[in-house]
Amino acid sequence: MIEASTTQVWIIILAMAAGTFLIRFAFLGFVGDRPLPGWALRLLRYTPVAVLPAVVAPMLLGAKAETDPLRLFCAAVTIIIGVWTRNVLWAILTGLGLFFGLGAVLG
Amino acid sequence: MSYSPAAQQFLKGARDGLPFHIVIWPFAAIFGAIATQAGLNVVEVMGFSILVIAGSAQLAALQLMTENAPTVIVIATALAVNLRMGMYSASITPHLGKASVLTRAFAAYMLYDQPYALSTIKYEKEPDLSLSEKLGYFFGAAIPIAIAWYALTLAGALLGEKIPTDMGMDFAVPITFLAVVAPMLKTLAHVASALTSVVLVLLLGFMPYGTGLLVAAAAALIVGSQVELWMEKRKDTAA
Repeated sequence: MIEASTTQVWIIILAMAAGTFLIRFAFLGFVGDRPLPGWALRLLRYTPVAVLPAVVAPMLLGAKAETDPLRLFCAAVTIIIGVWTRNVLWAILTGLGLFFGLGAVLG
Repeated sequence: MSYSPAAQQFLKGARDGLPFHIVIWPFAAIFGAIATQAGLNVVEVMGFSILVIAGSAQLAALQLMTENAPTVIVIATALAVNLRMGMYSASITPHLGKASVLTRAFAAYMLYDQPYALSTIKYEKEPDLSLSEKLGYFFGAAIPIAIAWYALTLAGALLGEKIPTDMGMDFAVPITFLAVVAPMLKTLAHVASALTSVVLVLLLGFMPYGTGLLVAAAAALIVGSQVELWMEKRKDTAA
């Protein structure tokens, strides 16, 4: 149970809200339409493939993760279908369908 | 009936965002349910989902609050989880930077993983879109997901204990991210960047509050762009 007072809870909510907004607004708001140099654009092109795998890997393979073979198998299938079909929907449906389908069958 | 080009892009964004609803709905409901079970009231739970609007940071904060971590630690950890969105902000600025400051502020409020990922794919595929078309697509992807996030958080908070919170939905989040990344792995540079990111984040798992993620991501950006440069150079010498 949370023992924080109402005031503490609202301090957390408002600080997270303000901080998250400022992080998201940082470049969009303060750089705006000033052109970025070529090397910066080249770096930024890789943002999604550089950030998202770092978010996912600890969930699947990290020290605290539940690394059961079923999850790893479904994750691998999701990647293969995604690379092969280049379609986000098919990859999600196959990955989750397999996970819940096989999970039900295997108990 | 014919729509303006921007409205057409809004509809396309909304349509491309549909797969994410499979994951967002249960995720939001589970957040609402466990936050209520942990002792927050409905207004506080909705405060999180409406003001912060960042699922993984909200869950991280909730986890720490139930462990009665100090307020400063809760805030610092949640913001560290969200720092990756600073990179999103930088990466989307060349596309949306010319919009008015109010529009940019609204886009920043909604700059979470899904609309960001969808929009970068779209802008790369169709670089000739106008600013209003790009904005239309971005908000088309973002707004329905935001509404679903609010509505299902509320449903979860009101239903509370009736929602099963241990049905393996935690696996839906990594699956979504993998499904988004896999289609982007189209050059050696992209693959090298993704592999660097995975290997480093696992090696840096000891770093506190998810800061290893930022180091891994920064290194992966550099690897991606260096491999791109190297591939171009090789192509030039071959030609």
